[in-house]
Amino acid sequence: MMLNGAEDEEKWLAEGIAGIQHNAFYMHRALDSNNLREALKYSAQMLSELRTSKLSPHKYYDLYMRAFDELRKLEIFFKDEGKHGVSVVDLYELVQHAGNILPRLYLLCTVGSVYIKSKEAPAKEVLKDLVEMCRGVQHPLRGLFLRSYLAQVSRDKLPDIGSEYEGDADTVMDAVEFVLQNFTEMNKLWVRMQHQGPGRLREKREKERNELRDLVGKNLHVLSQIEGVDLEMYKETVLPRVLEQVVNCKDDLSQYYLMDCIIQVFPDEYHLQTLETLLGACPQLQPTVDIKTVLSRLMDRLSNYAASSADVLPEFLQVEAFAKLSNAIGKVIEAQVDMPAVGAITLYVSLLTFTLRVHPDRLDYVDLVLGACVKKLSSIPKLDDSRATKQVVALLSAPLEKYNDIVTALTLSNYPRVMDHLDNGTNKVMAMVIIQSIMKNNTCISTVDKVEVLFELIKGLIKDTDGADVDELDEEDFKDEQNAVARLIHMLYNNEPEEMLKIICTVRKHTMAGGPKRLPFTVPSLVFSALRLIRQLQGQEGDIVGEEVPATPKKIFQLLNQIIEDLSNVPSPELALRLSLQCAEAANDCDLEHVAYEFFTQAFVLYEEEIADSKAQVTAIHLIIGTLQRMNVFGVENRDTLTHKATGYSARLLKKPDQCRAVYACSHLFWVDDQDGIKDGERVLLCLKRALRIANAAQQMANVARGSSGPVTLFVEILNKYLYFFEKGNQQITGAAIQGLIELINTEKQNDSATPDSASDAFLASTMRYIQFQRQKGGIMGEKFESIKL
Amino acid sequence: MVLVLALGDLHIPHRAADLPPKFKSMLVPGKIQHIICTGNLCIKEVQDYLKSLCPDLHITRGEYDEETRCPETKTLTIGQFKLGLCHGHQVIPWGDLDSLAMLQRQLDVDILVTGHTHQFTAYKHEGGVVINPGSATGAYSSITYDVNPSFVLMDIDGLRVVVYVYELIDGEVKVDKIDFKKTTATTHSAH
Repeated sequence: MMLNGAEDEEKWLAEGIAGIQHNAFYMHRALDSNNLREALKYSAQMLSELRTSKLSPHKYYDLYMRAFDELRKLEIFFKDEGKHGVSVVDLYELVQHAGNILPRLYLLCTVGSVYIKSKEAPAKEVLKDLVEMCRGVQHPLRGLFLRSYLAQVSRDKLPDIGSEYEGDADTVMDAVEFVLQNFTEMNKLWVRMQHQGPGRLREKREKERNELRDLVGKNLHVLSQIEGVDLEMYKETVLPRVLEQVVNCKDDLSQYYLMDCIIQVFPDEYHLQTLETLLGACPQLQPTVDIKTVLSRLMDRLSNYAASSADVLPEFLQVEAFAKLSNAIGKVIEAQVDMPAVGAITLYVSLLTFTLRVHPDRLDYVDLVLGACVKKLSSIPKLDDSRATKQVVALLSAPLEKYNDIVTALTLSNYPRVMDHLDNGTNKVMAMVIIQSIMKNNTCISTVDKVEVLFELIKGLIKDTDGADVDELDEEDFKDEQNAVARLIHMLYNNEPEEMLKIICTVRKHTMAGGPKRLPFTVPSLVFSALRLIRQLQGQEGDIVGEEVPATPKKIFQLLNQIIEDLSNVPSPELALRLSLQCAEAANDCDLEHVAYEFFTQAFVLYEEEIADSKAQVTAIHLIIGTLQRMNVFGVENRDTLTHKATGYSARLLKKPDQCRAVYACSHLFWVDDQDGIKDGERVLLCLKRALRIANAAQQMANVARGSSGPVTLFVEILNKYLYFFEKGNQQITGAAIQGLIELINTEKQNDSATPDSASDAFLASTMRYIQFQRQKGGIMGEKFESIKL
Repeated sequence: MVLVLALGDLHIPHRAADLPPKFKSMLVPGKIQHIICTGNLCIKEVQDYLKSLCPDLHITRGEYDEETRCPETKTLTIGQFKLGLCHGHQVIPWGDLDSLAMLQRQLDVDILVTGHTHQFTAYKHEGGVVINPGSATGAYSSITYDVNPSFVLMDIDGLRVVVYVYELIDGEVKVDKIDFKKTTATTHSAH
């Protein structure tokens, strides 16, 4: 059925076009032979094609445009009195004899155009006459196009100030009256289309109406272009009259389009100055009109206007724009109880954007907007519309983007309340946005109060919130979130030690609530924050005067102890061990022997009781040895105890090569290269010999297990250690001993003829090169190395 | 001309939030041919970021790294130079150049790059060059006080390598350079 209809329309359009072309042909002939009578006859016939009711607006427009083009030629002919010999006044009379009203009026408008140009009558009178006469066509589609034609031909002939058609007093008023009348009649016709035809075709009609809307809107555009229409006239006449028509027509399609048109077409300064009137119309519109979009667009325009130049801002203040807009929004939301959440929030987003642009320094306004939003959100049970959620995120992100300094956003009391209304997932997303904003702007949060507010905002990340479905937690996302929190901790800083310590305690309080899942992420950051503080205090010489002195290294070490203890619940022994060793070193630097010893004890206990993986043990023991090697705060007894333990564990690692390496690493525990450092040559040698024994055992085991002894790498490593201490002046290590070791290596190499190992060969070669190099150095070193006979 | 970025000990997120903005703006993808990283990134995010600067990324394991499967040491050949990479917490005493020289001999490399101390050093000895690019984020270190963020860019050209060290001192990026020349081309060990 539809297809047939479309085909028919094509046919009718084709017929119409043919008709126009046919009559135009004869019209042209008449024009060429200056035959007015014939010209009128054929033009009238041509225009009769526009009398059709069969075409949709889109197709009618096609027909109309062809007629329009032809009428231009006719107009040129009309203007040239010499050609047809009839005065324009008489012509105006003559065309009214055309049989049918539609062609008659098109011709009349065409002559009217010439009439005005001739200036034989004031423009205002001709225009008045024409706009009245057009009432004769009440068919919506035909009438709209006819009046559109009138608008087009009169466009450049309005009696505007400065135009050649300017009349006497009130000339602009005349122009305005004309356009307003045409506009009003066109709107009425347009609205009437809504009620034409059966109900089931309503959608089709609305679509067709939409195609025609610009014909109506054009009038508003023309009004805005009239030079003589200043703010005063706009305020007193134009806007009230237009709004009157908008409100009275009671048609939602028209109201929505025209309100939007007004906003887009007239200058922003006018809107500012007529804000009350404009907003006052809103509640009077049909309830089905999407007023929130209209208001949003108004606010967006005003926001852009405010952003365009700083000079306009005082105007906003003067007209109390913020108050008026927020009132209007409040009224609309109140009135439209069924407005979905997304609508209300979108309005608030627009208002917030406006506020941030126009009154960025008025944080109280910003907070007000957030507060109004909270009120609305509180009235709905749960926010489950994703679009609404998106808008809330936009609402919360706007202040962050505006005030690059998140600290400002933290002062908005309603900010956390808005966040509370988000579902868990979105709340976390928002928390991440906040953290990213801080990171991006390198913001430093420097007081406990602000830290508290911040952690309140990001609490969705810090701990499991009620109702959160833990199973749904995505591993990757969780990691990203926790790492973000960990990084955030470094942005919390105050170089006042007391305040910094308070901050650390506050952070600990919050992160503890995160439970074992989160602690491995947050504890390290906290620990290093505290270590940095300790180092800062170290640098501060002198006694701190006063009774209350919480921020001392000792106190902080106690805190650190507790923090690392928290990890035992996870459990996270490897991390705890590393952090304990870090604290031990820091305690060493603060000259706190007992504290350092405690941390070492902790590390050893973790090693003994909780680190079972052999690879992990290797790393852990090396960390212990490396740290212990640097300790200078221990007395002999304590040092001996710890060293004994370290070497003991080294020798008890699972794999022989690991044992060997750890043991020779221990040799450095007995030799510290600085002034007061221990230099126990004997015990160094003992370690190295022990390492040698283990290397031997390793070779033998390899022989038994695999049939050939392994590479001599371990021996070469030990050789290098011999050389190290030899160089440093350990008397217990002689050139002969080194010689012996070299010989041993060479022997071992020969035994292992099976697979030559290029790596160990290269190692040995470079070691030998080193010895040569040292010999050739001359001086004391050269002499020393000479004692190694090769 | 081959550009090799050497950096490490970022300790993100444990000890630092991010690379300094001035470094970030200098490190642009597509300019560097290789990245060698001593370790202690510590998280995958950082690894992905480095990978985005240059796909040829080499990392050794630091004791705080999330990814524990990285190797303890790594060797690679770039042009005429053999490079060795190791985090350095395995070499005791930490930061001791003679002990590092031993590792260099063991790996048989011209240039050894290690970290752990967060202190930039470039040291030439009989066996080659030992470079420590420091900490790219200026992270806290128990070994070094007042760590300035730093990284190293090596320009390898034939038998010559120019080592540029970039250090962030009081908010300004300072650059220094050191020249090293090899005497002989890399030979493969004969059997």
